[in-house]
Amino acid sequence: MTDFILKESALREEDAVIDLVVPAGEGWMEDLEPGQVLRIVDLEGNQAVDTLFYDADRPEDHYSAVRTIIAQGRIYLTTGSVLLAESGKPLVAIVADTCGRHDTLGGACSAQSNTVRYSHETFHMHNCRDTFMRLLAERGGPWGKRDLAPNVNFFMNVPVTPEGGLTFADGVSAPGRYVEMRAETRVTVLISNCPQLNNPCNAYNPTPVRILVWDAPSSGGRVPSGI
Amino acid sequence: MSTGMTMTREAVWSKVLKPGGKWSGVIGRGRLVRFTALGAGANLAALLYHADHPEERYNMPDTLKAQHTAHLTKGHVLMSDNGRVLASLVDDTLGWHDPFGALTTRESTELKYGKTTYQELRNDWLKNGLDNTAAELVRHGLGLRDLMPAVNFFSKVICDADGRMHFVTGHAPAGASVTLRTELNVLFVLSNTPHPLDPSGAYPSVPVRIEVLPAEPFDPETDFCVNFRGENRRAFENTWEYLALRGDLA
Repeated sequence: MTDFILKESALREEDAVIDLVVPAGEGWMEDLEPGQVLRIVDLEGNQAVDTLFYDADRPEDHYSAVRTIIAQGRIYLTTGSVLLAESGKPLVAIVADTCGRHDTLGGACSAQSNTVRYSHETFHMHNCRDTFMRLLAERGGPWGKRDLAPNVNFFMNVPVTPEGGLTFADGVSAPGRYVEMRAETRVTVLISNCPQLNNPCNAYNPTPVRILVWDAPSSGGRVPSGI
Repeated sequence: MSTGMTMTREAVWSKVLKPGGKWSGVIGRGRLVRFTALGAGANLAALLYHADHPEERYNMPDTLKAQHTAHLTKGHVLMSDNGRVLASLVDDTLGWHDPFGALTTRESTELKYGKTTYQELRNDWLKNGLDNTAAELVRHGLGLRDLMPAVNFFSKVICDADGRMHFVTGHAPAGASVTLRTELNVLFVLSNTPHPLDPSGAYPSVPVRIEVLPAEPFDPETDFCVNFRGENRRAFENTWEYLALRGDLA
């Protein structure tokens, strides 16, 4: 392991305005106000939390994995990473992280990609894309499949080798580890807690995650940037 | 089938993209699309959409994880988000094309190469990948929401153990070429703009030739891209299933 910077949060669970558990195979779609802080807790370890972000006032401006990694010159996310939209607008900034590395390249599973990656017999299996599309349908409005850009995989370890290989490696997370991000604008968060049963990276055992949200400090100021 | 025929076949269409140039259009199934760098240090950003219903598009993560690769070369296929093959890389003189998808922006271009305006320089102003791509997406009824990672042909970016990205200079010599075979009707959006990680302080001035040729029919039992890995064959099977249901497969 190299270059893992772990940073804990000072926020207290009892102060959270949202505190819920999302079981594997379920999802969550919610808007955050600027300064609100979202924490995702990997309750049992090495769970993949497929997550997308949108400018809530202009949903066609989605999270851009590419702009984000080019701007920071690094393909992994951790404390200090600022997640950018296609327009370059900052959506969220990671302000605490006790895992240390999150994937930007692995995307989400779908019935279709499962047939390619594993076998045609996996077509019936539940997948992140179906969770995303169900949540978009429930939300209504202009949302559609065109909005499903490549997502963040919180807690996933997808190393790229200098030789140009890409692998899903053993997880770097553990029970109770969390990542915390601050909304830099009004942002819509779309989460699928991955139900994948074919990938050893979660030991073939998808598990629940906990989601907490804190309001911005009411002292008139924003949370100190720290980045 | 004579492979010599392929070499001597004439392009049905050819165009040279000037530095900073852009192009978009539909290239039907069963064509070869050859990109040739007419100088050293080229970069051609390419976005691919299924022309028949563009909400299906090239998916960088699905393409990379299915083929366990973070670079693209002969044998690899460009997969859609529906697990189908949009195009196959049937030939490549280079061995590595960058799939991380980056485009230059107006801000990054001005920061690196200095501010230029059309007002002052007319068509010698320095164009950027995002503006080029956005204009071509809108031309086809698409927009910012349809922006996805591009393939940066002719560029090489390696990642170290910490995930830091390093642009490899001197990767693509003059004459380097890569050939795609379209497996569906594909809308291409192309931008001949620099790779954003290219450290050169001079705006790369490399024209890229695009040629479109008819593709020979191929035997699925022996085709290099179909048989490159099991994942590729299953993506082709999904593609053929789609075409059969449409009545488009002989």
